[in-house]
Amino acid sequence: MATGIKDKVVILGMGCSKFGERWDCNAQDLMVEAFEEALTDAGIERRQIDAAWLGTAIEEQHLGKSAVPLAMTLRLPYIPVTRVENYCATGTEALRGAVYAVASGAADIALALGVEKLKDTGYGGLPQRGRGALNDLFWPNLSAPGSFAQLAAAYRAKHGADKTDLKRAMAHISVKSHDNGSKNPKAHLRNKITEDDVLRAPMIAEPLGLYDCCGVSDGSACAIVTTPDIARGLGKRDLVAVKALQVAVSNGEEVQFDQWDGSYFATTRIAAARAYKEAGITRPREQVSLVDVHDCFSVTELVTMEDLQLSPEGTAIRDVLDGFYDAGGPVPCQIDGGLKCFGHPIGASGLRMVYEMYLQLQGRAGQRQLGSPTWGVTHNLGGFPSQNVAAISVIGAYGA
Amino acid sequence: MSTSDFGILACGAYLPRSRLQRPVVYAANAWFAPGLKGLAKGERAIANWDEDSITMGVEAARDCLGARDRAGVARLVLASSSLPFDDRLNAGVVANALMLPSNLRALDFAGSQRAGSSALIDALDGGAAPTLVVAADARKAKAGSTQELHYGDGAAAVLVGSGAPIATLLAAHSETVDFVHQYRMHDRAHDYTWEERWIRDEGYLKIVPRAIDTVLKKAGVEAGAVAHFCLPGTLARIQAAVAKRCGLPDASVRDALASVCGDTGVAHPLLLLGAALEAAKPGELILLAAFGEGCDALLLRATDAVATAPRPAAGVAGALARRREDGNYLRWLSFNGVLELERGMRAEPDKPTPLTVLYRNRDMIQGLIGGKCRACGTVQYPRQRYCVNPECNALDSQDDYPFAERSGSVMSYTADSLTYSPDPPTWFGMVQFDGGGRMLLDFTEVEAGSIDVGLPMRMVFRIKDQDPLRGFQRYFWKATPA
Repeated sequence: MATGIKDKVVILGMGCSKFGERWDCNAQDLMVEAFEEALTDAGIERRQIDAAWLGTAIEEQHLGKSAVPLAMTLRLPYIPVTRVENYCATGTEALRGAVYAVASGAADIALALGVEKLKDTGYGGLPQRGRGALNDLFWPNLSAPGSFAQLAAAYRAKHGADKTDLKRAMAHISVKSHDNGSKNPKAHLRNKITEDDVLRAPMIAEPLGLYDCCGVSDGSACAIVTTPDIARGLGKRDLVAVKALQVAVSNGEEVQFDQWDGSYFATTRIAAARAYKEAGITRPREQVSLVDVHDCFSVTELVTMEDLQLSPEGTAIRDVLDGFYDAGGPVPCQIDGGLKCFGHPIGASGLRMVYEMYLQLQGRAGQRQLGSPTWGVTHNLGGFPSQNVAAISVIGAYGA
Repeated sequence: MSTSDFGILACGAYLPRSRLQRPVVYAANAWFAPGLKGLAKGERAIANWDEDSITMGVEAARDCLGARDRAGVARLVLASSSLPFDDRLNAGVVANALMLPSNLRALDFAGSQRAGSSALIDALDGGAAPTLVVAADARKAKAGSTQELHYGDGAAAVLVGSGAPIATLLAAHSETVDFVHQYRMHDRAHDYTWEERWIRDEGYLKIVPRAIDTVLKKAGVEAGAVAHFCLPGTLARIQAAVAKRCGLPDASVRDALASVCGDTGVAHPLLLLGAALEAAKPGELILLAAFGEGCDALLLRATDAVATAPRPAAGVAGALARRREDGNYLRWLSFNGVLELERGMRAEPDKPTPLTVLYRNRDMIQGLIGGKCRACGTVQYPRQRYCVNPECNALDSQDDYPFAERSGSVMSYTADSLTYSPDPPTWFGMVQFDGGGRMLLDFTEVEAGSIDVGLPMRMVFRIKDQDPLRGFQRYFWKATPA
């Protein structure tokens, strides 16, 4: 019987590069930026790292295949290094590799680093790419915003939601994230916006306008993990532990079986339920202190609030408009700006979310620091509403 | 010669929904070609960017076949002067889209505006094999040319065989004369034409009457007995002039549909025949003539069944009625490669089609075949080895399940302005099929504001992607408002 990983692994150190249009950087430079911070934070030397995981999604745009670019860039001394990719949930997958390695006892100290260098395409938005030899013959030529925009139509149909109310709630989500992002020196977008700005923005994929879409960014984030005992041995106090790490992957039921209605993420619901169980959370709406979700698009964040059991089904619009997820609300969401404003360098995003939880739990989040959070939940999603990867982590004080 | 149970069993038609308004074309070109003013009336059917002779032919064939068992079709002819492939059996794509059996004799007929009428003669006069004759054209024309205004895009299909025909052939005759009134060599995009007065006097008024006189004589029928006279042609009043020359009754001259869809080239004789059969009463005689390096003439008699046989879902009348006025001349020029737009970097990614993958999955892709699980009854697409039903997951348990003729409704949708499309935005969404199964599909022929969850949709065969690097294009099915 699996016992889960609660409190088996703690974070020894983390780092995160400045996200944004890093015209001055190669992917390798971003990796060094995140790694240097993490290594200093951990207070170890690179030769103490037993194993490493590299998370990067669109490798043809920057690093190329394999884990070799991580080993070469960081000069890792012939240790096992693995490259993982799982759509936009790649960053959390890299962390999962490192955490499982430590939890299993196979490694004392493990590294997870995610990176993406997206701004070398010559155009805005994500790089275009093939989706597999057979898929290309029948999948629509959809963009990421187009894919997620469909949630809005299905959500409206299911809950009888008014088009204007939904659009206003989506606008509130983006305004809130820009407010939060403005306080984060590492965020890609630090400007504040108004609801009017969102509503008047050019349409990207109906009903998603420009401000309903997250930034496309360059960046890297890094975690070094170990056991609680080793961390204490290295002089660490106030340990931040991984309470749960869960991934659920679509098996075709949403897109091929007739039960899913298109208004939510089946994977998120399953992964969240498993993660809460692993962490011992029974009343998420009351217990979760803060959440960083995969707000690739405003509507994704909206439906995810229900999928994470934070808002009862059909009430996310009301909660959002009531400020439930604002910085001063009961469950602040995207306190670091989220994908929307911190930015979305794909392979780094899952680790960036955990980075914010780590800072918040240690009281090191600067201007955006919340009171005294106990449970932080990250939600990292990749793919399309109809077939995707959902990765959830719960981060909290060790032993709490 | 024909027996009473052998003849035309059904007709079908397809016209693209967009009708380019000729006054708009004239207005754009008047500065350069003021002589077009006389043609600046009415509208013509124009193919969407994702349509060509293959896709329009498929739609006309579906209209013609209706719910009939397709396994009985032994021969398929695709006639066109605008076949997308010079080497690749274009009719083979049509056959796959229609899921006709592989023991099929399929031919492309091309090279003349008579390709459709000659194929029909061949089917009616060339043995008793059940033959589906499909004719389609989407001819290109230069901006500011008379052809741009005269031509229309469209397709027609005629099913010939034994059973209860709606019309039988009394006689057919062909004249072949190398009278070159227009031509196009294989490396050219546009037709080159000669003076209209010569085409009229030496062509239509001499060669066509010779063919008509001969076919009437072969059948032993007086010209005055013809009830429906069909003759494609864009010269002014040419149908009436030929009728008069041949002694055909004035009232028999059928409208050549110039003002409502334009001349659909190789498809047009069959389209006019379809229209005549939709109007014909039992026993009436139909004379169809088609001009082009000679002339084909067919004399047919409508049977009693013409009044009772099931009508095509659309037919010519339905195809003409399903229309949308289009005043966007620049878009039309862009679709035809006459206007080079800046398509942006998002149009650059390579779109190769691995032919091995296409071949292995040809029924899934070109035939839209999914699966139905024998163990649990779940309908699904694509058909994978394991059933998708989580309570079942049976291995290799599915029978072929064709989706193309199934209706469905919108479950989710969007209009994507970011992804590249020749006609943005790209509409797509999830379609839930009546009777089970669902797919994430491109939508086509969508107007802004017309789509919402629950809207009924049907499937149409279209161009999926173009591969300019290798000169290929691939086909798939899209959903369109029903």
